[in-house]
Amino acid sequence: MTWLQKLLPPRIKSTPGARKQAMPEGLWVKCPACEAVLYRTDLEKNLSVCPKCGHHSRVGARVRIDQLLDAEGRFEIGSEVVPIDSLKFKDQKKYPERLAAALEDTGETDALVVMQGSVASVPLVLATFEFEFMGGSMGSVVGERFVRGVRVAYENRVPFVCISASGGARMQEGVNSLFQMAKTTAALQELAKARLPFVSLLTDPTMGGVSASFAFVADLVIAEPGALIGFAGPRVIEQTVREKLPEGFQRAEFLLEKGAIDMILDRRTLREELPRLLALLMRAPAPAA
Amino acid sequence: MKQTFLDFEQPIAELQLKVDELRFVHEDSAVDIADEIARLTKKSQQLTRDIYAKLTSWQIAQVARHPQRPYTLDYIAGLFTEFRELHGDRSYADDAAIVGGLARFNGRPCVVIGHQKGRDTKEKIHRNFGMPRPEGYRKALRLMKLAEKFGLPLFTFVDTPGAYPGIGAEERGQSEAIGRNLFEMAGLRTPVIVTVIGEGGSGGALAIAVGDITLMLQYATYSVISPEGCASILWKSAEHAAEAAEILGITAPRLKQLGLIDKVVNEPVGGAHRDPAAMIATLRKALTEALRSLSELPLDELVERREDRIVSYGKFKELSPG
Repeated sequence: MTWLQKLLPPRIKSTPGARKQAMPEGLWVKCPACEAVLYRTDLEKNLSVCPKCGHHSRVGARVRIDQLLDAEGRFEIGSEVVPIDSLKFKDQKKYPERLAAALEDTGETDALVVMQGSVASVPLVLATFEFEFMGGSMGSVVGERFVRGVRVAYENRVPFVCISASGGARMQEGVNSLFQMAKTTAALQELAKARLPFVSLLTDPTMGGVSASFAFVADLVIAEPGALIGFAGPRVIEQTVREKLPEGFQRAEFLLEKGAIDMILDRRTLREELPRLLALLMRAPAPAA
Repeated sequence: MKQTFLDFEQPIAELQLKVDELRFVHEDSAVDIADEIARLTKKSQQLTRDIYAKLTSWQIAQVARHPQRPYTLDYIAGLFTEFRELHGDRSYADDAAIVGGLARFNGRPCVVIGHQKGRDTKEKIHRNFGMPRPEGYRKALRLMKLAEKFGLPLFTFVDTPGAYPGIGAEERGQSEAIGRNLFEMAGLRTPVIVTVIGEGGSGGALAIAVGDITLMLQYATYSVISPEGCASILWKSAEHAAEAAEILGITAPRLKQLGLIDKVVNEPVGGAHRDPAAMIATLRKALTEALRSLSELPLDELVERREDRIVSYGKFKELSPG
């Protein structure tokens, strides 16, 4: 079990084996929520949202970018920034070994992909977490790419949007990781002073050091249906308070009810809704439908 | 007060016990054993010095959590005058895990904020073991804004195992409260001096620790996750906490070496709790110096310098294009 899986409640936990079962390379896929058997291509066309029950499956950073950004005029930011092992961190595995394995699994060099581009012709900078890369954990590279993305947004006077999916700070970089919370959040000062929108989309899961830094310090905080969002993991809370957690605790719908987020958006409406919201904040004409 | 000794201090404890026995005998005996007491006391001090000269990270973590270690209110009492505590976040509650208020430092008006742990069981519960809820961070933010508005320098004291992982804390937006403070502190238009006095527990510590100068007491710790938490995740067993403490790089000298804090403030032999008055005197000097260095900067420059510094945190490699 990875450290992040330990933080998750049993029902959304999945061993690598179980995930393969739910998402086989074959033609057919079973929805993990309603168990409907779906044609893989149909599910992907539906942006990995179950057409039967609306369950939002996790999607990788590049898939997410392809779902959202216009095909033309994309420009990746910060891919030249790559991780180093500044603490010579070794638990049962060395940190460089974990990094290499994550690269092998995801094809990414770290857990954040930042892209300048547009959505329905509304220009923006989009930062997207790759949860499969060490649980989307935030270390120095995630922080630096985030800041570089914010800078490009500032220089080009365009909005900055971040799609979070992370277990929190990356332990293997120690206090350097902790300080990325301050770094990413401080960078937003510049955007705020220039009155450029920062929109934060919280997806499953957004926890710990990512949740407790920039994720909620946005002009608009939006969540995907059913996403687990919180500071402490449900298990840690259960062990601390020794009570059963309320039904739906830390889910997007729960956060909406508690007043923590502005709205929940279905992934399939995002390409339409996001540019509309950005245009409203930027006092720009309504984007073409 | 009776001295509490940690596991690795047992040899000191035994020696101290001998000294105490001798003192007891000495009081109602004609035999003069003052020399022997003096010799053993000296030996005990040397032993303490020797043991403390080679503490492991895990042992330092124990010192940082020592039940007799001075807490924020002890430092406030020793370092500041006219402290007037200000309460509440104005929307939900007053969180006793964070204290703050107006005070004077060397006669100069200022605002002071810190995590507060409890001494006895009742107070520990009242202070929630120094683990703040969102209302604590929001009270702190209110006081930071007060400092900014009236041009008062801000001193913060960090000593928490972490932000409280509870149901109510989540419902009231623990994440938002911490994130908001990180954002606001980065742009706060007044000098901010941070001192890590005990445990710097992750995001819950950082939420009052973004500043212009970060001091750290010699046996304080600062960490992205507790050694126990790290061990139980990476080794699947909290028993590896000592190894985790070592690799996480949580001690003041290590963090100074990594460029993540500005200054290590030395503690008295055997830790701050052995001689709080000496600790306070040393810390006063360091804080006076820190405030002097910041007071000379114009506010625009101060804030710009702070933001530049925060944004420079992190260690990575940059590949050349192509």
